Amino acid sequence: MTKPPQPGEFYQRDRHWHPPALSQDYKTSVTRSPKFPLISLENTASEITGPVFGHNDINAADNDLLSNFAQPGQSPIGERIIVHGRVLDENARPVPNTLVEIWQANASGRYRHKKDTYLGALDPNFGGCGRTLTDENGCYHFRTVKPGAYPWRNWVNDWRPAHIHVSVFGTGFAQRLITQLYFEGDPLIARCPIVNTIPDPEAVDMLIARLDMNATIPLDTIAYKFDIVLRGRRSTLFENRLEGN
Amino acid sequence: MRQKLDYLKETPSQTAGPYVHIGLAPGTAGFEIYGQELGWDIAGPNAKGERIRVEGVVTDGTGSPVKDVLLEAWQANADGLYAHPEHTGEVEDGFRGWGRVITDFETGEWGFDTVKPGPVTGSNGQMMAPHINLWIVARGINVGLNTRIYFEDEAAANTADPVLNVIEWERRRATLIARRALRDGLAVYRFDIRLQGEDETVFFDI
Repeated sequence: MTKPPQPGEFYQRDRHWHPPALSQDYKTSVTRSPKFPLISLENTASEITGPVFGHNDINAADNDLLSNFAQPGQSPIGERIIVHGRVLDENARPVPNTLVEIWQANASGRYRHKKDTYLGALDPNFGGCGRTLTDENGCYHFRTVKPGAYPWRNWVNDWRPAHIHVSVFGTGFAQRLITQLYFEGDPLIARCPIVNTIPDPEAVDMLIARLDMNATIPLDTIAYKFDIVLRGRRSTLFENRLEGN
Repeated sequence: MRQKLDYLKETPSQTAGPYVHIGLAPGTAGFEIYGQELGWDIAGPNAKGERIRVEGVVTDGTGSPVKDVLLEAWQANADGLYAHPEHTGEVEDGFRGWGRVITDFETGEWGFDTVKPGPVTGSNGQMMAPHINLWIVARGINVGLNTRIYFEDEAAANTADPVLNVIEWERRRATLIARRALRDGLAVYRFDIRLQGEDETVFFDI
């Protein structure tokens, strides 16, 4: 009788798909990139396991950036958007009950951070962070405002495209991922030295959220769809007999 | 029909940027928003084993402290068990084994309190020396860096550790060994991380 396959190691990360540690045009990476090659490990329990979160850890309303920092009856300034999608693995299976956290600038491109001194105004009704757990189908959704572009010191006239930072866990520490979501049609994407750390245009395309008219709420909020893919796992079909068994 | 491999590609990584605290530790960014921030208590009140503190600083290729780094720790309990459904065995109530660590914005110094993990069974039943897994993100780091903290006072276990032994250059293994000292009776381990340059820390592709 065939034994059901057990989940095994994660697929090796494709390091040519991810950005390299060193990208000359993203200047900060020059002194923060290890020179020696990474040491490749087979997964052990330390990599296959990872933290588990539950509904006691967060509030259901944490995913609504339109209200989670706003004064009662008020709302942040900016284009009202829904960001939604699924968290999948490389086997195209949903990743349920995993923590997704986001952070972003407000509509004028200003972050609520004591180290951000940009001229763009803070919005008293906008914090700029949210978090949620995916449902049983791997689906998540946030409501927020579309962030503004902002300048940053790299080349003197570099501007970040509008973006939302996204952090995802998965089920194992080896899946841990932080990335950035960009918006379809933004002319700053192609010019951005951080986007361009990614060598393959198809990989960049995975970071561009699509306008989703079907999920848009008429006369209310525009929707963008952004699916996230985490590393998949091999199925253990055969086991090598341990010595002595 | 031509056979197809229907795998998806992983979403590519991007730097966490300088304002990672807004999303993952908003209190340190300067505002309160969540009822509960995650990752401040790694071991919980009921964890068995020795209470320890781990401290360090992350430096860049110029030797300067990296002041906007965020680290995440992932560790087993004193029995060598991870708080995860795939790891058989019960951990103490309140033990998650995961934490978030922020640097001091002025000095780059970071530190966290936890319990010392026990040895963990690795591949093929080989025992791994006690260790804490670290994941490091910051502005200028394009893909989060993985490393491990091992403990100076576990010399015999470290010598037999299958992961340390994968590192061909023996002198580089020392970059993963935290130095132990006592401060007011508490074991404090020092673990400095060098992203680049002399004595560059060993990072893993896991």
